[in-house]
Amino acid sequence: MKNGKHLVVSLLIAFAMAGCAGEQAVKPSTTGGGEQGAGAQTAPAAGTAGPSARELSAQKRAELLAQHRVHFAFDSSAIDDDARAIIEAHASYLVDNPSINVTLQGNCDERGTREYNLALGERRAQSVEKMMKVLGVAGSRIKTVSYGEEKPLCEEHNESCWRQNRRVDISY
Amino acid sequence: MMRAGIKWFAMATMMLWTASAQAVLTIEITRGVETGLPIAIVPFSWEGPVAPSQNVSDVIEADLARSGRFAVLPRKDFISTPHQDKDVVFKDWRILKAEALVIGSVKLVSPGKFQVQFRLYDVFKETQLAGFRYTVAGAMLRSVAHQISDIVYEKLTGEPGAFSTRIAYITREEPPHAKPVYKLQVADSDGFNPQTVVRSAEPLMSPAWSPDGKRLAYVSFEDKRSKVYIQNITNGQRELIAEFHGINSAPAWSPDGKQLALTLSRDGNAEIYIMRLDTRALKRLTYDPAIDTEAAWSPDGKDIIFTSDRAGSPQIYRMSATGGPAERLTFEGDYNARASYAPDGKSITFVSRQQGNFRIAVMQLDNRTMQILTDTSLDESPSFAPNGRMIIYATEVRGRGVLASVSADGRVRQLFKFEEGDVREPAWSPYNRVLQYKE
Repeated sequence: MKNGKHLVVSLLIAFAMAGCAGEQAVKPSTTGGGEQGAGAQTAPAAGTAGPSARELSAQKRAELLAQHRVHFAFDSSAIDDDARAIIEAHASYLVDNPSINVTLQGNCDERGTREYNLALGERRAQSVEKMMKVLGVAGSRIKTVSYGEEKPLCEEHNESCWRQNRRVDISY
Repeated sequence: MMRAGIKWFAMATMMLWTASAQAVLTIEITRGVETGLPIAIVPFSWEGPVAPSQNVSDVIEADLARSGRFAVLPRKDFISTPHQDKDVVFKDWRILKAEALVIGSVKLVSPGKFQVQFRLYDVFKETQLAGFRYTVAGAMLRSVAHQISDIVYEKLTGEPGAFSTRIAYITREEPPHAKPVYKLQVADSDGFNPQTVVRSAEPLMSPAWSPDGKRLAYVSFEDKRSKVYIQNITNGQRELIAEFHGINSAPAWSPDGKQLALTLSRDGNAEIYIMRLDTRALKRLTYDPAIDTEAAWSPDGKDIIFTSDRAGSPQIYRMSATGGPAERLTFEGDYNARASYAPDGKSITFVSRQQGNFRIAVMQLDNRTMQILTDTSLDESPSFAPNGRMIIYATEVRGRGVLASVSADGRVRQLFKFEEGDVREPAWSPYNRVLQYKE
């Protein structure tokens, strides 16, 4: 299971770096000017010796695409800036690869009740889904599923573990 | 989405009796009381070549101590140890301030058949309050003991006991170098005699007893998403109840057993629906963009209580089971969820966050006073005993999920310590079958 996922992610990174990088750099504003895009564009102006804007953006995007989890605050399905950048990268990857579908698995930490968390996990998956749709991914390509608090990644009872568990897993 | 017709599945793993039930579990009373009716339970005599595997008087003693209504007197103080009516000397028990006395005997009457006799006395009135004789197979000795506990409890408190009931719960075991195994299990009310009803490699959730105690509704992720099933616990027959788009969860039986409240997100958002079990007709009960889930029925079947975060945090609401407006019941704190009614309908129990800790709470519905019954941090899934006197719940001890119970007044608490794995989501059964006995 895990190995499979890693393989997929590695393939995605390779794909992003090799195939789609050029295409993406041509239309960097599909995301509506997120922090990452802006940073990548202003960086090369400062020095000519560094990587080009195109390369930097591709690299940054590959890094974001390598992350297949986004995290949430307790009892929240709001998408923070870190999550936004990751979702944007995955959305543009999906826009560039119309034959690929995505599954969004919503999860919660162990605190609170199990049934409420099942609904909360779904809401988290739905908020990622909603953002992907806004970014141009057809709803028919997105599958959401919630496991509530039933599939923790980390089983210790502390905030660092809980944060890891409050997540949406993005998988292809 | 629902497939036409009723689907029955035979379960391969039904009714696996755990071989050594006694080794699985110990019960530790973590909070006791000094008050309670003083009762002496004389160890029952034994007639036969080999002592039976179950010590009937030990089970009775543990039951009564666990209830919080009795102060069980220590055996070492006993002046005499009568087993028959003619040997009872009431003075010996008045000296110890015992108000009630239980004596009895167990006799092997034929291979594998035991005769259990017991008598309950009022020490001060010097009268017998109850006396019964049972003839049962060895495997039923614990059941007889629980039934004697029920009789003693009822004679002395005026309320029915709930020792002959059962609990359903979910376990998760993670064997080394292997995938986790989830089980839906049913055990006696003291945690003994666990039997596996469902076994799965994917999570199981939310066991709910049918009012007749014969079936369990639950959520299974065996198809990689939540679906609701109903399973007959004696023959293992299983029915797929809900596999709509989105989540299918939180089953709750109506008191007449004809309807099931469910949480579905088939319309896009977690809402509460009621399904008629005969026709599978669905009626949507809640219409709110918030999460609405964890429905429970009032004992008269008229109302539903449920969890909703429509006001920004999870709180308990109440509405008519036929629909209409919802009334918010909880206002203390920023997290109150998974409520269920006491059998008399006068109070509810739920999970409440207190200074970051999730604890078991009870609220009286007439004046809305709330009492916190536990002092641990990850307590969940409270469920009343059918006599309303105890609440079973899940908590966490040293990183593991365990079951615990607390008296409804919060005075007595105990932990059920299983040897391995995580134990969670207990649900207390309705009243159970009664064994045959003779006066």
